Amino acid sequence: MQDKILLSMRGIGKNFPGVRALHNVDFTLRAGEIHALMGENGAGKSTLIKVLTGVYGKDAGTISIEGKEVFIRSPQDAQKAGISTVYQEITLCPNLTVAENMFIGRDKNVLVGWGKRYRRAGEILRNLNIPARPRQQLGACSLAVQQMVAIARAVDMDCKVLILDEPTSSLDDKEVEMLFTLMRDLRSQGVGIIFVTHFLEQVYAVSDRITVLRNGELVGEYEVENLPQVELVAKMMGKELQGLSDLKQDDNEAAFTGTPVYEVAHLTSTTGIAPFDFSIRKGEVNGFTGLLGSGRSESVRAIFGADRVSGGTVQVEGKKARISNPKQAMKRGIGYLPEDRKADGIIADLSVRENIILALQVMKGFFHPLSQKEQDAFVDEYIRALDIKTASADTPIKSLSGGNQQKVILARWLLTHPKYLILDEPTRGIDVGTKTEIQRLVRRLAKDGMSVTFISSEIEEMLRTCSRLIVMRDRRIVGELRGTKLSQDNVMRTIAGGEQ
Amino acid sequence: MIQRNPLKRREPLTDTILLTTISIFIFFAMYFAAMQIWGAGFLRWQRVFDMLNDNAALIIVACGLTIVMIGGGIDISVGGVISLVVMCCIVHLNSGGTILTAALLAIGIGLAFGVTQGFLISYLEIQPFIITLAGMFFARGMTTIVSVKPQKVAHEAFNALRAERIEFDALGYFTKKGKLIPARAEIGVVVALVILLLIFIMLRKTKLGRGFYAIGGNSNSALMLGVNVKRTRFISYTISGLLSGIAGFVFMMHTGAGNATNAAGAEMNAIASAIIGGTLLSGGVGNVIGTFFGVMILATINAIVTTSGLSAGAPWWQEITVGAMLCFFILLQSVVLSLRGKGGFKRMIPKWMQGSKQ
Amino acid sequence: MKRFASKIKWSKYTQLLKTKWSKYTQLLKTKWSKYTQLLKTKWSKYAQLLKAKGRKHAQLLVPLLSILLIAVFNLLRDPSFFSVEISKNNLDNPVLTGNLISILNGASELAVISMGMTLVTAACGGQDISVGALGTIAASVFVKILRDGQITAGTIVLAFLACCAAAMVFGAFNGTLVSVFKIQPMIATLVLFTCGRSVAYWINGGATPTIESPLINAVGSFIPGCPVPTPILIVIAVGLLLGALLRFTTLGLYTQTVGINQRAARLNGINPTLIKLASFLVLGLCCAVAGCISASRLGLINHETMLQEIEMDAILAVAIGGNALGGGKFRITGSVLGAYAIQALTITLYAMKVPSTDVKAYKAIVIIIIVVISSPVVKQAISRLWAKVKENSQKKKEVAA
Repeated sequence: MQDKILLSMRGIGKNFPGVRALHNVDFTLRAGEIHALMGENGAGKSTLIKVLTGVYGKDAGTISIEGKEVFIRSPQDAQKAGISTVYQEITLCPNLTVAENMFIGRDKNVLVGWGKRYRRAGEILRNLNIPARPRQQLGACSLAVQQMVAIARAVDMDCKVLILDEPTSSLDDKEVEMLFTLMRDLRSQGVGIIFVTHFLEQVYAVSDRITVLRNGELVGEYEVENLPQVELVAKMMGKELQGLSDLKQDDNEAAFTGTPVYEVAHLTSTTGIAPFDFSIRKGEVNGFTGLLGSGRSESVRAIFGADRVSGGTVQVEGKKARISNPKQAMKRGIGYLPEDRKADGIIADLSVRENIILALQVMKGFFHPLSQKEQDAFVDEYIRALDIKTASADTPIKSLSGGNQQKVILARWLLTHPKYLILDEPTRGIDVGTKTEIQRLVRRLAKDGMSVTFISSEIEEMLRTCSRLIVMRDRRIVGELRGTKLSQDNVMRTIAGGEQ
Repeated sequence: MIQRNPLKRREPLTDTILLTTISIFIFFAMYFAAMQIWGAGFLRWQRVFDMLNDNAALIIVACGLTIVMIGGGIDISVGGVISLVVMCCIVHLNSGGTILTAALLAIGIGLAFGVTQGFLISYLEIQPFIITLAGMFFARGMTTIVSVKPQKVAHEAFNALRAERIEFDALGYFTKKGKLIPARAEIGVVVALVILLLIFIMLRKTKLGRGFYAIGGNSNSALMLGVNVKRTRFISYTISGLLSGIAGFVFMMHTGAGNATNAAGAEMNAIASAIIGGTLLSGGVGNVIGTFFGVMILATINAIVTTSGLSAGAPWWQEITVGAMLCFFILLQSVVLSLRGKGGFKRMIPKWMQGSKQ
Repeated sequence: MKRFASKIKWSKYTQLLKTKWSKYTQLLKTKWSKYTQLLKTKWSKYAQLLKAKGRKHAQLLVPLLSILLIAVFNLLRDPSFFSVEISKNNLDNPVLTGNLISILNGASELAVISMGMTLVTAACGGQDISVGALGTIAASVFVKILRDGQITAGTIVLAFLACCAAAMVFGAFNGTLVSVFKIQPMIATLVLFTCGRSVAYWINGGATPTIESPLINAVGSFIPGCPVPTPILIVIAVGLLLGALLRFTTLGLYTQTVGINQRAARLNGINPTLIKLASFLVLGLCCAVAGCISASRLGLINHETMLQEIEMDAILAVAIGGNALGGGKFRITGSVLGAYAIQALTITLYAMKVPSTDVKAYKAIVIIIIVVISSPVVKQAISRLWAKVKENSQKKKEVAA
């Protein structure tokens, strides 16, 4: 491995209105290394990448390439500086051929000699061992090959720094191996590769160094050999392994007896999660934990019928039931607060009032609209109960802060009085005060007899609210922790693949 | 998505070529069927030339529209522009203009529409449908402002040019008396075919041409790949405007007269030909060769409906057939492309499905 | 001496006057400032109230403003434009006539169709361009049934129901292409746009059939004894019906939810496919009503010219009504006002002796002005400019201070 420093970012800071996305982050990339950039949701890795590629302007700090400071204001600047990015979602045109995708937007001439281009593309593809033909339509190639074509384009543009942003999340094992071979090839040619992923095994399979971010700050840079998996998880999750046993244990043992409110066997959906068994009892709060992409969201979506369920049986209060779409789930008394608040949760242009009553309205049916009076009563009650800060009930929800939007959606589901409530990352991207409020609310609801499944990226939060944790890794359940076993050490070990 | 049919993997047929092939095949199938059933007229080359003569202007506008549609837009002002150009040129010729100035006027009007609409659509980011709709209204209204009364060209040189025919002896036929009647094509046909060829080369060979496909395929990706999306879109509307100007002139050469309802519905005929020819309205796929055959398919339907005598008693069948064909092609495209998993992976497969291998 | 004394007196007076003057001015000033203070606080309160109310109805600002503009223009041009008279028609019934009535009457078809178009736009984020053809088909069914038998009140109702059914079938065709096959609305409706009028022609069986009966007159122009044109009454009835539909079902909420965020709608138990289909069915019914009005008004059907280019006008009405053409929140009132604004513009142009064929050109200019002003890019540029002007004036103030 060479030790020439290729890229160095010093003291990078980036603020969005109301959020400090990056603060004083350093990052160093050497020539001929694969450098993994790790962190949980909201840690700031994608912001850092976007600053580097010129999608966002930085508020503080310097970027230098091979010792010379560079100013990157647009993606084009980044390309000129020798930085190329391959994104998770492929940013090529599927309707063009492979070679066209490699060369479009780079020609100076009006007339393009495509014959020569096709030959050149063929050479590059052969050199990099990419199983694609230049004249093939890109859309007819597999995703892995498309990703490789994007990499080939980057390589042909003489990039020094190659950023791979979650390139493997849609590839199968064989394709991942193909990609890794290509990455190693490039490494030996002296290219510096920044590898962003959430698959731990892959990091250890291919990277030389790891930089960990958390909450927009740098945790540290480590050699792969010196950082065991368990420690990496701890660094990402934000707690040292020692001295964590002072967490309060759950006292609600009643939650483990009695018949389950909701039970599934061998449930699976078309998202590719392994079939799983799961049950929850009255008044129980449990949680799915695991790293991002471990299948925790997909599991609860399958329970709610949000994704297409492809197998398994469901029992609600001991009776067999069929839940294949959200409406059926709602009728069985299940509520679901989705992970992606913006895309799946809020109806941006509608008022707080309409957002709150939406689910109840759907349950009441098409021909029974709630009267203005009823609406006012419900909405006022929940605005007060959850302390939603809004100018009025008629304010559009998009003008509320993230935390208050989340409370509105919570109110939407509470209003339907569900027997079983699924909360997928209800505390993501909201301030600390609201976070604890939501945690407290969850406990209170459970005491009143509601069953709750709670998902969060923050383990500490999960331990504080859940009495049982289901641990997932690589889209399957790998363990279940409860009672005295419920400690941060154990959770991390299980996630990282150690003993329970 | 990953486990694709291995057969398709070997087949390097692009969507464009596949859809074009389908429409070419359908054209020949229809035409040969017509030859079998009605014989006579369909057996003569002159029938093909007649179809070309009647539709030269349509071919030209449809080419422009194909470019716009490949770029993911739409231009419904073309019919209006044709009628405005026809009216202005006739008035100009009749009040002492020359053929050259009339041609320049036609091109100028077309360009003016193209540039204005292109600017509003690509730089002010207004929906193309609304803008070109306004353009159509404006052009149609201006046509009647220029002249409400139907006009006829009374310019001798122009009428001489109009009557000019290019004759192909080899493609002619003999009358019963043994006299050779050569196949005749109007000058407009030559113009249309030259434009068709130029645009075909432009779309295939130039940076700009591939740019149209790129912005239509995925404008975000195109931006990332370094294509100047706004300028490319602007140029597509400009070309469409320019071509409708030229089409107006060709239309005038064909009819020699103009009235307020000139080229009524030309925009929808052009859109329909492009769709039938395999151009996707969502953009990124299409080809002027396909569009040419789209026009010819429409012409063949017309010819069949006329020859079969359907139009005498029931003139509605023609448009209903066209509508049914259109419906068939729209559905066919939707099915073919969803089978091929095209149309942007994001759109075709929800995010959660992309990680579906274990 | 005398002179001197008078001089002293004079100076005294002036002194007195001066002090008094200054006192008064002082008083006035304080009073003035008090009043202005009061006014300012009151004004800000009112302004706040107005803002709060205005935000709710801000959408209606554009169509109302366009109508106002046209009204003021006509007032300046020729006040007699607004005169409404009661005269006797050829059946010796008292009827209302005047430009205002012809605006309200003439816009009936457009108003009805734009109501349905608003729903489709809101749910699907696209527009139906086949409404003219659809209306013509419906009208053909209406006339066909009436011509096959005696025209009585009963057969008229029967014919109307049949034409509603036909329009709903074709609406369902459009709706299926859009919601099930996920084809853009404009492309899906291109099919009927191309061949719909021929279908109507086919139903008519060739000629331009006419229907004549006092009953048809009652539907298309005036009910004997009622001076208000019947189409206006029909529009009111349709408006009330649609209002009731939105009031007594959750259609409005569902439509907006689907239009704004389809994924979230599904997760809340709404079926987006069904809602989109429903919007096309409602639009089909609206087209049926518009077709019947048009056929009864003229007493005949010409499949080529009936409801010609009404699709364009309806889309325009939706846009002028302040509804986003990309879907989402909607106000049917806005679209109806937009429809009347368009008709008012047309009638004004007619009153100015602009030939009916030229009206399109002026309409186009109005459309372009409206869409350019309401385009996000222009809005941003204007707000940036505004911010700059503010900044500059602030700087000037600072410099002055």
